[in-house]
Amino acid sequence: MTLPAPLSARISGDEPPWSDPDQTLSPARAQAVIEELRALLSPGGVLSEPEELRPYECDGLAAFRRVPVAVALPRSESEVRDVLTACRKHNVPVVARGAGTGLSGGAMPHPCSVVLSLARLNQILEVDPVARTARVQPGVRNLAVSEAAAPFGLYYAPDPSSQLACTIGGNVAENSGGVHCLKYGLTVHNVLGVRGYTIDGERIELGGGALDSPGLDLLAVAIGSEGLLLVVTEVLVRLIPRPPLAQVVMASFDDVGKAGNAVAAIIAAGIIPAGLEMMDRKASVAVEPFVKAGYDLSAAAILLCEADGTPDEVAAEIGEVESVLKASGATALAVSRSEAERLRFWSGRKNAFPAAGRVSPDYYCMDGTIPRKRLGQVLKAIEQMEERYGLKCMNVFHAGDGNLHPLILFDANRPGEWDKADRFGAQILELCVELGGTITGEHGVGIEKINSMCVQFSPQERAVFFAVKKAFDPHGLLNPGKAIPTLARCAEYGRMHVRHGALPHPDLPRF
Amino acid sequence: MLQEIRERIVSANRTAAPLRVRGSGTKDFYAEDLVGEVLEVSGHRGIVDYEPTELVITARAGTPLSEIETLLAAQGQFLAFEPPAFGADPTLGGIIAAGLSGPRRMQAGAVRDFVLGAKLLNAEAQELRFGGQVMKNVAGFDVSRLLCGSLGILGVITEVSLKVLPRPRCEETLRLTLSAADAIDVFNRLGSLPLPISAAAWVDGSGWVRLSGAPSAIKAARERIGGDLVDAATAGSFWDRLRHFELPVLQAPALWRVSVPSAAPPLRLSAPVLLDWGGAVRWYVDEAGKDVRAIVAAAGGTALRWRGATTESRFHPLSSAVARIHRRLKERFDPRGIFNRGRLLRGL
Repeated sequence: MTLPAPLSARISGDEPPWSDPDQTLSPARAQAVIEELRALLSPGGVLSEPEELRPYECDGLAAFRRVPVAVALPRSESEVRDVLTACRKHNVPVVARGAGTGLSGGAMPHPCSVVLSLARLNQILEVDPVARTARVQPGVRNLAVSEAAAPFGLYYAPDPSSQLACTIGGNVAENSGGVHCLKYGLTVHNVLGVRGYTIDGERIELGGGALDSPGLDLLAVAIGSEGLLLVVTEVLVRLIPRPPLAQVVMASFDDVGKAGNAVAAIIAAGIIPAGLEMMDRKASVAVEPFVKAGYDLSAAAILLCEADGTPDEVAAEIGEVESVLKASGATALAVSRSEAERLRFWSGRKNAFPAAGRVSPDYYCMDGTIPRKRLGQVLKAIEQMEERYGLKCMNVFHAGDGNLHPLILFDANRPGEWDKADRFGAQILELCVELGGTITGEHGVGIEKINSMCVQFSPQERAVFFAVKKAFDPHGLLNPGKAIPTLARCAEYGRMHVRHGALPHPDLPRF
Repeated sequence: MLQEIRERIVSANRTAAPLRVRGSGTKDFYAEDLVGEVLEVSGHRGIVDYEPTELVITARAGTPLSEIETLLAAQGQFLAFEPPAFGADPTLGGIIAAGLSGPRRMQAGAVRDFVLGAKLLNAEAQELRFGGQVMKNVAGFDVSRLLCGSLGILGVITEVSLKVLPRPRCEETLRLTLSAADAIDVFNRLGSLPLPISAAAWVDGSGWVRLSGAPSAIKAARERIGGDLVDAATAGSFWDRLRHFELPVLQAPALWRVSVPSAAPPLRLSAPVLLDWGGAVRWYVDEAGKDVRAIVAAAGGTALRWRGATTESRFHPLSSAVARIHRRLKERFDPRGIFNRGRLLRGL
């Protein structure tokens, strides 16, 4: 499996887009933490040598790197609690980490932090075919859950493209999606409960096997909280029956606007497909030599629409989809005739990221979401931005739920290109917000989109996020500096943007 | 209207005078204490945006459910979480604040699963916006879902965006004669098969199973499940009465609503009077002399005293760690305690 490695190590010297001047950790204090962790964890549970720390300096977003003070690898829930208690005692930040496949730098270490790797909590504790649930530890890989449930005809629905490697704990932290979320939902719709620890080492359980829980829906807040609120040690997921059949229609369009209208027409016909994805020509041209999926390279856009269910049900839905697509101006249609062919049709979409890595030295993947009707407008704007920044951008798109993944191609070896790619990306995200969308549909804010948060949320809204943060983590030790920008940080970003012309948020106090 | 609500909030916050936020008042009987001067919000109403092909509707919180459902029905769409109306016409804000969902919850999801975004007036009467109008959005903590079931203690909900779905092409209902214990067993076994079951309930010796989807899938499911096909009028009336809490068994003067994992074996209480959500919700008439909460907790669930006099809290107690987070959230969202004081948790 080729994991996305969007940026090469060559630009590792770049400063992360934040600094945390208040926090310093003297060598003596660092040593004291390391020694305490060694005493608490079973042998091999603490890494602190520079060469041991190197693999933990970034996640899937390799542009941003920091070396932590130490990495703790607990083997049990009680060891997780001990690590948290020790870090709290020493007032040292904790950055929880799963498989490190995240794409927003959410697991990038804070320079004064202990990285808490959940990789060794990797047991599937129980698969209950009657209750249709699985109780798993956070280090279990996403795909492993479905594999364990398969003998019972069940599976776990969210399927991020990194599902072979990414862990359930990471999925909970990011509220991960996948290509089937329009019909089957995101992580938040498929996790029934979590158990975890606060920074004070207190165990909390949110949600559970029953569908209703008393009190506020803290589970909904914990999911997607990017490691800022608690450390999850056990997850109860919902399993659903595997549909007997899935088939995909592949349609070509000579215009991306027409493809966008076809998506709306499918929804208007009362169909919620299991998957509904789009690629522009730049993307299909990039992936075709790599996967040989048989994509129509003359098409301006390719649409993939999947139906699942009983054979009769699938046949009926595929028939309807075909007629809607024809009426919407599709120039060619193909329906998968076997499971192998279905997977082949999907392979290009699922391999778009590694393919980008083949056609360009580096690429930068964005994750904005827009109301679907704005698709044509956004793609045109992106074309103009390509000219403005002198960089190419290929587009893959979870069309069913409006989630765009523009892949900006650049070469970090050329001076100034990363900077251009970064600004290109930020401009796409600001456009998404302007059109009623969001800066991140499924990859999370992490460190990458922290500045764009200033555009999407007012100071009062960000204050609410900090209120939530403080209710769970009053000391601010869990993954500090991520996901929510401070007022000062947004003011700084605002000043930066004045140079480009308009002031994006004049309501901000200026320091 | 919004301006009036704002002024009331500002004034209440100045004097720390509690406000009791009220839409249509269909759920005044529900939850813990009713404290403070009534703040009517039903006047802040109207659809803000609805585009069927985006599968999203945005409406002001005072909009009545009937208005939303009529508009959606004209486009062949609906609110899949089937919020209860309690024989009247609740507001969207009240539906979100109460977080109650109907029979389809077991398959389609709860209110919170359909909330995409919300606007909220905080204690300083500033309107804040969380989430949005798009299907996928992970920017910031999911505060809009946090509002579902919050019973108004975090602020005044002013606008909500919901995901809507196309109405199923076809629906049929089967009735099986069986005991409550057998119903739990049958519902769970059926649940692990790829069948289009959108509701499964039991009452008065009958199990009711609703199938929703493509006609071919429903036909196959009927053959698999057996039982008697119920005529459309009877079936529609049954599911409506179940959804809106109008079944006779739910009119008992003292009732427990118990939420457990659907597959939990029959509890050591007297026989349930109603099962819903495939066995995940079980209703019991008063269980004098039994420690209902302890029995339910041992089965991995919680018990809500739906109706009947009690000096205790109606909701199942929270663990101390979770209660502490509630207190801290309330202190920060509403430092002077003006919003629906004591409605969700006594003393909060």
